[in-house]
Amino acid sequence: MVEKLKNWLSRFYIGIIILFMYAPILVLIVLSFNRSRSRVVWGGFTLSWYQSLFSNAQIMDALWTTLVLAFLSAFAATVIGLMGALGIHAMRRKNYQVMMAFTDIPLLNADIVTGIALMLWFVRFLPLGFTSVVVAHITFNIPYVILSVMPRIQQMNVSLYEAARDLGANAVYGFFRIILPQLASGILSGFFMAFTMSMDDFVITYFTKGAGVNTLSTMIYAQIRRGIKPELYALSTIIFAFVFVILILVNYWPGASGKRGRGEQDY
Amino acid sequence: MKKNKTRNSRVWLSSPYILWIAGFTVIPMIMIFHYALTDKNGGFTFANIAAIFEPIHFKAMVFSVEIALGCTVICILLSYPLVMALRHLHMGKQGFTLFILIIPMWMNFILRVLAWQMILSKNGILNLLLTSLGFEPLSLANTSTAIMIGVVYDYLPYMVLPIFNAIADIDEDIIEAAKDLGANGLAVFCKIIFPLSVPGLLSGIVMVFVPSMTSFVVADILGGGKLQLIGNIIEQEFTKNSDWNLGSGLSVSLMIFVLISMAFTSKEDSKGRRESAIW
Repeated sequence: MVEKLKNWLSRFYIGIIILFMYAPILVLIVLSFNRSRSRVVWGGFTLSWYQSLFSNAQIMDALWTTLVLAFLSAFAATVIGLMGALGIHAMRRKNYQVMMAFTDIPLLNADIVTGIALMLWFVRFLPLGFTSVVVAHITFNIPYVILSVMPRIQQMNVSLYEAARDLGANAVYGFFRIILPQLASGILSGFFMAFTMSMDDFVITYFTKGAGVNTLSTMIYAQIRRGIKPELYALSTIIFAFVFVILILVNYWPGASGKRGRGEQDY
Repeated sequence: MKKNKTRNSRVWLSSPYILWIAGFTVIPMIMIFHYALTDKNGGFTFANIAAIFEPIHFKAMVFSVEIALGCTVICILLSYPLVMALRHLHMGKQGFTLFILIIPMWMNFILRVLAWQMILSKNGILNLLLTSLGFEPLSLANTSTAIMIGVVYDYLPYMVLPIFNAIADIDEDIIEAAKDLGANGLAVFCKIIFPLSVPGLLSGIVMVFVPSMTSFVVADILGGGKLQLIGNIIEQEFTKNSDWNLGSGLSVSLMIFVLISMAFTSKEDSKGRRESAIW
């Protein structure tokens, strides 16, 4: 009886949180089908925003910039972060702590401070443009990679690698055959995390982008006063649905869960 | 001997990262301090940093701290029941937290805040719902409550995930043993689950408190432009008033405040975070 009540309460509470997290998303999805351009009036169902979306060069351009930016910065951050984490892990305790403290700086600083500090640097030495945004995104993405890879490195069995080396494997072969597979789940979740953070960032992009460069976020911000183009609701709905379906497939595909490593549960 | 050699050669792997930190974390910090400590003509001054005590800035700072404290407390209060409920239903292990908390991030952040504006506005969805159920409509638009809802919505995942990760790995046997020895649910929570969650809680506090102080977009949209966080003031110094020195000075004061208020969590945190990574 008590157990039943507890189950019911747990479900109810999780339901409320899901409602809280998804309510605004539902609103946006509904708006993407709204014939009226107004945000408050329902003008009937339409798919026209989904059609006009693909012929809107400005939006397609911003989407392309956002995706390329997210991929480049997540990829670079994963490479630099993975190498960094492997190196830091081998350091003496004191150096290890110093390096991890530096890793925390972008996490501890408010976005706006990171963005401004990078902008002050860029305007002096590197023209603001797409490159400056990529550099900025790599900078705030690396800590996420390091923090998701580091626990895996600590659990890693170094003797396996040393045994492989003793048996004649060179460093590169040993790295790809022994180290990388052990760290795969951490690397993947780090990459995914970095990609998500980059896609969702507004503040740092806003301060470090040059004129003419627009991600979806900065484009939407510029439209707040004039009114958001309904095509953007449609695009966001497509992106959201795409990721949602992919993740359902990855997580609940028969047999997929068995292959997933321990601790990977969050991704 | 050989072990030491592979260890030392492994340290070299971090050199790109060290260069990156030097170039894009340390130098930018030097730049912001440089701007903060100089006036428009390049002369040395403390005025930009002391400007935080000017009434208009100080008011924004106090308001930011109120929002950040409130947001952090509410996030903690929402997180523990959620984590316990997920644990109770054994739902955590199936990537469920991902669906509740991370996937919403794939809807654009600014659009989500705008959606909250539509929900909370005077003729918005919430009031429509309330009046149709026979309740009095609420006037939440452009209030600090609206900003609070916005920041809690935005940063809740950063509180839930570290706490969840910290206690997801607690062995069920330990809890069973405590129960066998006569502990009730409350005692199990206070004596086992909560203490083991502290590292996650501390990194959650860091991840929620700082960003919620400065989220100027949320304050802009949900506060109607009248309620200003310190983030709004800094942003305006850079975009509208073009006083980069003052903007940098206020940023530095903000950093100093954050460092002081986080100092007490950092010691515990740096131990705990390594073991229970945020994600």
